[in-house]
Amino acid sequence: MEPASGLRLDHNHKLSLREFPYIVRWRDDRCKRCGQCTAVCPVKAIEATVKVQRYVSSEGASPAPKAERKVIQIVEQVTDMERYCTGCGACTLVCPNEAIEPEFNPQNKFLHYKNKGGEGYKRGGRRNDPSISTLDRLKFTRISMLTDPALDAGRHEFRIRTLLGRILPPEELPLKIENNKLSINKDSAKFIPPVREIYPIMIGSMSIGALSPPMWEGLAMGVSYLNEVEGMPVVMCSGEGGMPPRLLKSKYLKYFIIQIASGYFGWDEIIHALPHMVEDPAAIEIKYGQGAKPGDGGLLMAQKVLNLIASIRGVPQFIDLASPPTHQTKYSIEEAVAKMIQSMSMAWGFRVPVYPKISGSRTARAVLNNLARNPYAAALSIDGEDGGTGAAYNVSMDKMGHPIASNLRECYLDLVKQGKQNELPLIAAGGVGKKGNLAANAAALIMLGASAVSIGKYIMQAAADCFGDEYNRCNLCNTGKCPRGITTQDPKLYRRLDSDKVAERVVETFKAADVELRKIFAPMGRSTELPIGMSDGLSTDDKAMAKRLGINYAC
Amino acid sequence: MCRLAAITSNNFFSPMENILALETMKEGHDGSGLGLTLKGLGGEFKDLTKYPIMSGICSKKGIKALDDYMKKNGFRLKHIWTPKIKPVKGIVPRDYYFARVYDYPSSCKDKSFSEKEGLLMNTRIALRNIGESDESIFVFSFYPDVITIKEVGDPLELGEFFGLDSDGLKAKVIFAQGRQNTNYQIYLYACHPFFIQGYCSMTNGENTAFVPIREFLMSRGFTGYMGYNSDSEVFTHILHYASRQLNFPLIYYKDVITPLKISEMENRKDSGALRLIKQSLRPLCIDGPNMVIGFTPDGTCFMVQDSKKLRPGVVAGVKGKYALMSEECGVDRAVPKRDKSMDIFPMKYDMVIISPGAEEVKVWNQLQG
Ligand code: SF4
Ligand code: SF4
Repeated sequence: MEPASGLRLDHNHKLSLREFPYIVRWRDDRCKRCGQCTAVCPVKAIEATVKVQRYVSSEGASPAPKAERKVIQIVEQVTDMERYCTGCGACTLVCPNEAIEPEFNPQNKFLHYKNKGGEGYKRGGRRNDPSISTLDRLKFTRISMLTDPALDAGRHEFRIRTLLGRILPPEELPLKIENNKLSINKDSAKFIPPVREIYPIMIGSMSIGALSPPMWEGLAMGVSYLNEVEGMPVVMCSGEGGMPPRLLKSKYLKYFIIQIASGYFGWDEIIHALPHMVEDPAAIEIKYGQGAKPGDGGLLMAQKVLNLIASIRGVPQFIDLASPPTHQTKYSIEEAVAKMIQSMSMAWGFRVPVYPKISGSRTARAVLNNLARNPYAAALSIDGEDGGTGAAYNVSMDKMGHPIASNLRECYLDLVKQGKQNELPLIAAGGVGKKGNLAANAAALIMLGASAVSIGKYIMQAAADCFGDEYNRCNLCNTGKCPRGITTQDPKLYRRLDSDKVAERVVETFKAADVELRKIFAPMGRSTELPIGMSDGLSTDDKAMAKRLGINYAC
Repeated sequence: MCRLAAITSNNFFSPMENILALETMKEGHDGSGLGLTLKGLGGEFKDLTKYPIMSGICSKKGIKALDDYMKKNGFRLKHIWTPKIKPVKGIVPRDYYFARVYDYPSSCKDKSFSEKEGLLMNTRIALRNIGESDESIFVFSFYPDVITIKEVGDPLELGEFFGLDSDGLKAKVIFAQGRQNTNYQIYLYACHPFFIQGYCSMTNGENTAFVPIREFLMSRGFTGYMGYNSDSEVFTHILHYASRQLNFPLIYYKDVITPLKISEMENRKDSGALRLIKQSLRPLCIDGPNMVIGFTPDGTCFMVQDSKKLRPGVVAGVKGKYALMSEECGVDRAVPKRDKSMDIFPMKYDMVIISPGAEEVKVWNQLQG
């Protein structure tokens, strides 16, 4: 049967706006039709269009309705899932009249549809889980009172430092006594591993390539300023993909940890720069896993591989750069990790600490125990499920991984059992500062047993105003269309970011965190050494959590 | 805050001297307990210094178990000292206070002293384990030439209770602590001074780094590092660990518990070694407002403190007799006739060391080494 004329079948093939994660609220009465929002939208989720509207008006003393058809210009959200509004808010920022704003739609069915062409949803950012993490449920409840007055965070001298590198057990120190004085016994063949004194919050691995040039530069400048001017030995990890050759040959190299991952990107250039290096790097990090996407390799999408990146990495332009999930040389951890650590150590004459980074996992302890027996392993970095990434499948980010708190704690207690808690420093990462509590999260992890913590997403937000959050806001980092200019190689976009401002914010962030750490440590009576493993200082209001972490329950 | 009174002398003296010094500091302790450790014994123990002395308290049941255990393990009882208890209101006497001198089992006659020390410590721990749950046995020390007395109550009243004013019990080094009960329930094993294999110390101030220090010590694989009913026991064990286990000269105790910053090490000739010690013994940095008074097996006494200690302790006296105390009024009581201008209030970099026999006092400065 023919459909009755004029009765068109409903737009059944189309999605309604209710399925979309963000709904754009546009106000006709405020919009002056400048077109700035549609120009700035990174995904073309909104467009300028025209509509026909019927106006009914009446003039005169008695009603005399008159219908009129008008063509009006509007800004409309498209209902194409490939151009979904990410909620980034760039349109709101540029709008001169506050006429447009995205609104989160908790009923969205985004994940039901974001699989066009049989391809799973890929994105950047971190786990879309806005709930309060374990770290944010820990409080510091051991406050020194009458028996032992608290310290004055403002006046007392504080030393907030930690060690990165394999530390010899006291029983094995090559010392001798002469005239009642100890000295290093030069005749002993004992290898004394390199150890660095660093600030306990470090900037974790984010590659040049994943980050835009001004972002990476800004971080690097901030870190150098903190070291050179503020006297805070903050270190930063390069991420996979090499480092600018000029930096490799500069005296600032000592503030950087160079990462090697399974793609070995950038290592040709690094090895060639070796004879010209005037300083050793702070450390070498061997990446085996990433908390945000355990078991997944690295991925730099073709649209981000432009000239500069291609030359640093030693690859052609505009090709997808995928690092395999595992190192090709990895046959077994006993053999391959040990070999990798040894060859990296050898490249710098055993003067540089070399340590692996793994994703948080039930199997972390197996890796740990293996490293504990390897005298060249300088540390273990564990990246929990709340860590960030530049590109990954949504399913890996949301559903794979292990929270950092209990993973770190069980690893620390394992070391305590073996008496090696001071020999192999643990670096904890993944969701540090997720809700903005950088110092508190860092201090909590330290008291659970971490020697240092590593941050990524937090510094992107604090220093460069990254839009991302746990409601999947923005998270376009993989597409090269970062509206903030942080994770893009497109000069049109990254010129929005001022590297000096980024550097300034890095410095401010670390200085503020330092003050806050004092405000935590002072009432607990600690000022000289980092309270690593001081678990009696912590408590939580959840009994099961307290039991699992071996801390107090307080309510 | 607990009050501490240590005296070292080249003559034997009575522990009442320490107790009277504590009495002058009374407003600082609440009379909740007294601990005494005597070394370099005189009186009836003068000729028994080679033999290990077990100090403790037992119930009637406990002493039988203790006797059985000692017999079974070949220790032969040589001499017994028990205090002549005078009833004092408020102090509940326990069944049996003692210091018993034993001869080593014949099986270990030819063993080295350090092996014998191991046997003595293990025996003490075994007895502690037998009698701790029902509180039938408390053993505070088992070592040659050392006696330990501990009880709950006011120090002066306890002195009277134990009859220490009339007893001939005397020694050349005596440490006394008047307890201020703060963190823990009153428990005899939580009472200072603590003693292990010739090393003894007592401390005041709360130990904020207690948990990581305890974990580090307990993971050293040394059976004696246990107990920890008081957070201050770790200070004694750090002393033992640094001096006996690691063989560091005494001054490095200061470098272990209150390490210098790297930038401060430059003037020290041993800076290379210091750096390594600071790293490897990082968990033993006490990082708290503590003052420690201790002695080592040869009778050297010392005082040391963390920079956070607001009020330093004091060391003063005359050649042949020195007092190391938490308050000056205690020193005035113990050694009234002295040149007060020579009193030493150790500052954050100082370690005051008095050689055996109270011969000589030295202030060792950590910055200079
Ligand atoms: S919020 Fe961002 S993605 Fe959404 S319409 Fe505005 S600019 Fe486009
Ligand atoms: S602002 Fe840039 S870095 Fe932040 S979530 Fe968006 S795309 Fe990623």
